[in-house]
Amino acid sequence: MRHSLTLRIGPATFRIGSAWALPIDQLKRLYADYPDVEGAIADFTVRLQPTSAIRRWVRPSIFITGDHGLADAAPMSLAHGLLAAEMGMNLQMALGWRRHLLLHASSVEKDGRVLVMTGESGSGKSTLAAQLGERGWRLMGDEFALLDLDSCAILPFPRLVSLKNKAIEVIAGEVPGARMGPLLGATAKGDIRHMVPRADAVARMGEGGMPALLLFPRFGSGPAERPVGQGEVFMRLTQASTNYVALGEPAFAALTRFVAQVPARAIDFPSGEAAIAMVDRVWSEIA
Amino acid sequence: MSAALLVMALRDPATTAALDAAGWNSLIAMARAERLIGTLAFRLDGQAVPEAVRPILADAREDAAREARQAIWEADRARAALAPIGLPVILLKGTAYAAAGLPAGRGRFIGDLDILVPRDRIDAAADALIAAGWEWVKEDPYDDAYYRRWMHELPPMIHTERDRMIDVHHTVLPLTARPTPDAAAMMADAVLITDGLYMLSAEDRVCHAVAHLLADGDLQGGLRNLWDIRCLLADVDLQALEARAARHGIAPHVRQAQRLAAAIYGAGARLTLWDRLVRARLLARNGWGQETRKLLVFAFFVRSHWLRMPPLMLARHLLTKWRKGHRPQ
Repeated sequence: MRHSLTLRIGPATFRIGSAWALPIDQLKRLYADYPDVEGAIADFTVRLQPTSAIRRWVRPSIFITGDHGLADAAPMSLAHGLLAAEMGMNLQMALGWRRHLLLHASSVEKDGRVLVMTGESGSGKSTLAAQLGERGWRLMGDEFALLDLDSCAILPFPRLVSLKNKAIEVIAGEVPGARMGPLLGATAKGDIRHMVPRADAVARMGEGGMPALLLFPRFGSGPAERPVGQGEVFMRLTQASTNYVALGEPAFAALTRFVAQVPARAIDFPSGEAAIAMVDRVWSEIA
Repeated sequence: MSAALLVMALRDPATTAALDAAGWNSLIAMARAERLIGTLAFRLDGQAVPEAVRPILADAREDAAREARQAIWEADRARAALAPIGLPVILLKGTAYAAAGLPAGRGRFIGDLDILVPRDRIDAAADALIAAGWEWVKEDPYDDAYYRRWMHELPPMIHTERDRMIDVHHTVLPLTARPTPDAAAMMADAVLITDGLYMLSAEDRVCHAVAHLLADGDLQGGLRNLWDIRCLLADVDLQALEARAARHGIAPHVRQAQRLAAAIYGAGARLTLWDRLVRARLLARNGWGQETRKLLVFAFFVRSHWLRMPPLMLARHLLTKWRKGHRPQ
């Protein structure tokens, strides 16, 4: 492909090819402080290609694919090319990663112990992780937490944090502009803006930690908190995993251990400040 | 760049020792695109490969093992569903190779479950499968009528709980195609794999794979099908194969497949001009895993339809599909 870049995020290496310069240039800027792995052997190939020959030039339209792809993936406009590249990498992980149990969850670490937060899109888990990452925690990832099948440690996958709609203002207020990506308006999920994790999150992206607390955050009501039973946790985590079935028995064993060892709480919160206060309180209770 | 890199690695795994990082990236992307990554992983087992490649190949072998396990379980479920109406399950393609432990099955990607049943039992088979939890995938009346009137198989069915597809074939090629392989003879000579599961005889396995690759298909996924043929040819008696191919009306196709398998995956063969075109189509893949040689690929797509249907019917079919928004890739 005409433009390309190789990126390493946590344990995974991606070779990203694009028919256009724009998405690659944006990635280069935002991933500038990640390890330089140009020319490395990649775990996955991502391709941003025109949906048809004419769509390279006229009203450019991106088809996101690669080693793993979805035939009916919605085309995206070139203006959202950065988002397309991020989605392309997520797609490879979701469909192709086999070396850890992949949980659709954000995670942050303090003193070697990890807080895992899982929930549907819109639950606030990304925003909360981004905020904690600016307040003394190490951000490990906003999208995927990787559960090691042997040690049961959580490993980081600190890609760019994807902030949506109202979360953009909240985070942009606390983070220097150099760490913010371009505003991508009117995507399928509303406005999106990417944030570069702090330098420590990138420098320590090979370093995992043992999970100490699992939260099911939910933005929009409360404040309220309830414990979550092991059966419910297990079922919700299997649903939050894209490769639980593919990994078979080792995934069942690892998830069983995780559920037995890690306390879980559901927290409902009306604001980011309330959520941070709740996290601090629950964290000190279980410590 | 073409998929020559991939076929060289499959033919002679030792040649991968000369690859640099860019070469490995190309090889892996091509192998994934052609759904040969599992096969490649098994071929490279025991070879010295770069550190970064080892987990990629290990993952591919694990995936293949899981697919084989799932495929054999699906076959067993179909056996249980069809046993009450007295139909034995004759497995075709990937599931048969995996169930029988054939070399063609090592690392092979397995998609749907393909089984062969007598044409006069096809409705009974569908009813029995529906009773056991399968359901029709497509609700489109045009597609349904099309399959039933012209095709060699029922429209695909999917299991409601396990989400796995089954293709119920009653013959080998579409009813509209010019060669008409003798499906009844294939069924009569099927061989037992294990309790209740059968596969075609060694010669018929080759004939079936060749019919799909050369007498029917647009050569999508052709490198994988040709790899199957290369492996399956090792089990046949060549004279028996010739006689069998003649009986099925596909003798020239089988001879061409033997030439192509030797040229691409073996010691080489003298190729005709037509063979060279097919080879160029089969190798149309670049180091990013993208299809190349678009005009040639499109020509084979058109040809595959031409072979299936008389011209007027083809025109009507393409117009109907176009209106429904279908476009060739």
